[in-house]
Amino acid sequence: MIAQAIFYVLAVLTVGSSAIVAFSRNIVRSTFALLGAFMGVVGIYVLLAADFVAMIQLLVYVGGILVLTLFAVMLTQGIADVTISNRAVGRLPALIISAVAAGIMIFAVFRTPWRQSARIIVAPTTYGIGNAFLGPYALPFELASIVLLAALIGAVVISRPLDRGVSNRLSNEE
Amino acid sequence: MQQLADSLIAQGMFGANPPRDLIYALFIFVFSLIVFLGIAFPFAGIVSWVERRVWARMQSRCGPNRVGPNGFLQWLADGLKHICKEDLIPADSDPALFKFAPYLVILAFTLPWAVMPFSSQLILADLNVGILYMTSVTALTVVGVLMAGWASNDKWSLIGGIRSAAQIVSYEIPAGLSIFPAVLMAGTLSMQGIIKAQGWAPWTWFAFSNPFTFIAANVLYISALAEGNRTPFDLPEAESELVAGFATEYSGMRYLFFFAAEWGNLFIIGAIITTLFLGGWQFPLISNNAVVMNVLQLITFNIKVLFLVFISVWVRGTLPRVRIDQLMSLCWKYLVPISFVDLVGTAAWIAIWPSGNSVAPWIMLALFLAIVVTFLRRVLHYFRRSKMELYLSPTI
Repeated sequence: MIAQAIFYVLAVLTVGSSAIVAFSRNIVRSTFALLGAFMGVVGIYVLLAADFVAMIQLLVYVGGILVLTLFAVMLTQGIADVTISNRAVGRLPALIISAVAAGIMIFAVFRTPWRQSARIIVAPTTYGIGNAFLGPYALPFELASIVLLAALIGAVVISRPLDRGVSNRLSNEE
Repeated sequence: MQQLADSLIAQGMFGANPPRDLIYALFIFVFSLIVFLGIAFPFAGIVSWVERRVWARMQSRCGPNRVGPNGFLQWLADGLKHICKEDLIPADSDPALFKFAPYLVILAFTLPWAVMPFSSQLILADLNVGILYMTSVTALTVVGVLMAGWASNDKWSLIGGIRSAAQIVSYEIPAGLSIFPAVLMAGTLSMQGIIKAQGWAPWTWFAFSNPFTFIAANVLYISALAEGNRTPFDLPEAESELVAGFATEYSGMRYLFFFAAEWGNLFIIGAIITTLFLGGWQFPLISNNAVVMNVLQLITFNIKVLFLVFISVWVRGTLPRVRIDQLMSLCWKYLVPISFVDLVGTAAWIAIWPSGNSVAPWIMLALFLAIVVTFLRRVLHYFRRSKMELYLSPTI
């Protein structure tokens, strides 16, 4: 009963914040509204007794991704007076794509046989996750880290002033 | 907390068939109030007075000494003054975000107290992922600081906010990596579990159990100071460059919120390091009385934490502020590689000596004492050479 009430509060927080993200005319406010969405998801994870995932969600999304997004948005020129809205751009394709996406999601929600446990088992999940990562799922885990490493190296290569590096090397050779 | 509530329910304090969920919630609520109103916020206030007094003595001044005995009530006077001040909101700011930012910072300061292990039984919630919880909720501070910086619509505030974001995001990496050597040694993420894996004696603490954890403890302290925006890493609010950084446009109580959280965070920094590396509340078992043991453990924990708080005040009174490029190169060129080596080294150490090496703690402890002795000898040498007059009386 109480758990259900808490769930609806968290759901309203998540969906409401996401609506602000999507509809706010001010891009910085949109970014800050992401905080509410992320926190709502953290709450839902806690409600599902997924303690480790909840903490990682908080650490990675709020502490990392949200801050990086804010960083990027705030360093953009003239961010305070963004008046361009994408409301008038490509209405028809947007409508079709979002209708199809929504249709697929609704279809999936109603067709999935949701299994519900009789009661919530609050048990530590960290050991299980750790063993799964280093046991049966070691290869996918390593592949994901290789993808991340490639992305990191790519970011360094792109953001580095290449010209200066090349000219320095040339002048050193002379 | 749950055990205490259960024992009171069993004694029939709440009637024959009590609503257990609500009683647990009531217990958590009451104890949170005690922790916040009795410990967290008074600590933040008192440490502001301690800090100003200690600095003053380090710089041959008096410091605040008028309100109450030795100026002890200065923090209450400051709080009252800030409540009475006008609450200014700049006309061109974003009012909603401007008002919301201090709450986020205070939220990030209050949440870690839920897993603060004061003693073997005095803990609000011994979460299974306690230390992870502590590091992730403190990450909310940076969102609040960025919000304050942007909403103020002021160049100084914005630069302060952005500097803070860059600094906290960078130093979160060495801080996060330095937590894991202790987690590896203990094999758990729970605060109480990590403390229980250590003993009361210094040679059983994780800080001295091998060379890698010794370095990790130091890296964690430096990174935690940087994450807490403390001098020498207080670039987000560098007075000489940015007026007051992200807090420039704030006044009254909202301004106080930022600084209450900053001072209060010193306790949290100290508590994290005490828990992970300095044996937490561990005290030799000298009594079978649970109350006596809990009080002794509470005192032990607080002495360790307050000593670390004093060191950070000392550092702030001694070291000059670093430049932003020095800050970044310290983090990315030194602390991050060192903490990676620590993590791998600790893992290798555990693989080689799964039940712990019996000689290494003594060597590490001897090394630590040698560092302390060298430091004291140098200090005494300067005292003798400069023939300075010492006013050691703390009351002026």
